[in-house]
Amino acid sequence: MNPLESVALALEALSVNRFRSLLTMLGIIIGVFSVILLVSIGEGAKAYVVAQFNSLGTNVLIVTPGKRETTGGPPIIGSTVHPLTVRDARAVAERCPRLSLVAPVVFGLSHVKYMNRGRNTNIIGTTNEFSEIRNLRAEVGSFLPPSQFLSEKQVCVLGRKVRTELFGDGNPLGKLVSIGGTKFRVIGIMQKKGTSLGIDLDDIVFIPVRAAQQLYSTEALLEILMNTRRESDLKPAKEEVKAILMQRRDGTEDFTVNDQGDMLSILSTLLNALTYALAGIAGISLLVGGIGIMNIMLVSVSERTREIGIRKAVGAKRRHVLAQFIIESVVLSSIGGLVGVALGIAVGQAAVAIWEDLPLKISLWTVGVAFGFSFLVGVFFGVYPARRASQLDPIEALRYE
Amino acid sequence: MIEARDLAKRYQLGRTTVDALCGVSLTISRGEYAAIMGPSGSGKSTLMNILGCLDRPTSGTYALDGSPVHAMSDDEQAEIRNRRIGFVFQSFHLLPRFPAWKNVELPLVYLGIPRRERKRRAMATLDRVELGARVEHLPNELSGGERQRVAIARALVTEPVLVLADEPTGNLDSRTGEEIVQLFGRLNTQAGVTIVVVTHDAGVAHHARRILHMKDGLLVHDEAIEPAGSVA
Repeated sequence: MNPLESVALALEALSVNRFRSLLTMLGIIIGVFSVILLVSIGEGAKAYVVAQFNSLGTNVLIVTPGKRETTGGPPIIGSTVHPLTVRDARAVAERCPRLSLVAPVVFGLSHVKYMNRGRNTNIIGTTNEFSEIRNLRAEVGSFLPPSQFLSEKQVCVLGRKVRTELFGDGNPLGKLVSIGGTKFRVIGIMQKKGTSLGIDLDDIVFIPVRAAQQLYSTEALLEILMNTRRESDLKPAKEEVKAILMQRRDGTEDFTVNDQGDMLSILSTLLNALTYALAGIAGISLLVGGIGIMNIMLVSVSERTREIGIRKAVGAKRRHVLAQFIIESVVLSSIGGLVGVALGIAVGQAAVAIWEDLPLKISLWTVGVAFGFSFLVGVFFGVYPARRASQLDPIEALRYE
Repeated sequence: MIEARDLAKRYQLGRTTVDALCGVSLTISRGEYAAIMGPSGSGKSTLMNILGCLDRPTSGTYALDGSPVHAMSDDEQAEIRNRRIGFVFQSFHLLPRFPAWKNVELPLVYLGIPRRERKRRAMATLDRVELGARVEHLPNELSGGERQRVAIARALVTEPVLVLADEPTGNLDSRTGEEIVQLFGRLNTQAGVTIVVVTHDAGVAHHARRILHMKDGLLVHDEAIEPAGSVA
């Protein structure tokens, strides 16, 4: 009997109990469906985060004060580490030719006021390079002056939200706003950027780094941002920056240089774990579906004991009976798998069509693994019932009522 | 063709041990038509199952065409059943969901014959048992006699050297039973098929040319007879 005939025979046998076969398949359908959707959400979330990350500039290095392995968070108050200063930023910019741009960053929160409207807003003190490195550009007017002019000019660039909140439809260019009590002249308005990784990039006011240091009475920087022209320069540049800064600190390494790859890989690890956890949960339902198949195959074997007896009496060998029932179980699970795949893709597409922001990415890989797993479930859970069938004694099987 | 020595079969039925066969020896030559008779419980069905390779003796030897069948593995026995023996059962044992021709082609499936050829041979064999017009009927659409013909066609389709029939007329009325018996007679005389029939019906047995009488698991009498059918 050729494979096609065997499948046809299995389909025929399964169609005898159509409803029962359908119910059994449902377990696999739901399993494959949820594997595809959940893994796609996991993958989508990862792709989304990576895209968000890259939208904030590529080949980025970040120096933060304190020896830490992860990034983020402002420096701890009262820590004994050397603060990062604008001089540090200049030193790396001058001495490390692999770096393309360097921007010192001061961060604070201040009350921003124009006329009678005010708002508490994030203040970033930096230089023109920040715009290039972070891929954040002024839409109207210009961004901050370049760092060689390390100016103390009281100018500012408003984020989109700040502009709307303070000025409504009016033109803010050239107007004076008060930031923490100091007057700043508006020289630019940022492009709309939205929220990225939990930070509202439109709710920020940019001022020159010196001005920010005066405003917050500190020399210390939150971080120094820099980038390289090529990705291959990232790792060597990281080492060079480390060496330069350590030299400036008499050999102590009380700062951390992170590259984007580090941060991305931390996030990726996290998101991969999430994806695997989701896949595992969905996989359990696939396993339960498999148990359903085994159960129904056992019922089928005992119902068809006489058929097995007849087949054996006319010369079916063990392997013939074994193959017949395993193929039946695999056909059952594979059809369930195919339906699950179709359903998963359809629902996924529909969901993305409805909620455009939904981070859902159905990859061929996910579909292939989910279907392959449903196939294997059929083999695995079909073996035991099929073995039982193949080991039946022909005489006893024929006598079975 | 059949050479059986001291066949014994003992099995457990609950707590009691049953000796279904207590040392049966018999020889049946190629082309013979033999009937095995005896009251129920005499062991004739057990003997048939052993001769048909459906069951194994507890002790004794059984050679079919010189090969020691009793020592073969399950799969080797399956092959013997497939290629050399055709078995006809009292209750037909057809697959209910398959039309007549599909039932008949079943042994050919396990012989590895291609589909087209299987159908051709199944059709030809059904013609031979005069069922050429009912090939697409399911078993439950056929009369008892017709079903038994399908079963006989299935037994013959591989052109076996030996056909074993266990009470082939047991579930049939006497007229259709007679037809089936006639069919066996023709198979034996015209095609030279070796036939062994188990029956408790003397009328059926007298179509054979040799009657073996069994009682309590033993062969008690072996007689050659003039076949009743040859008069006609």
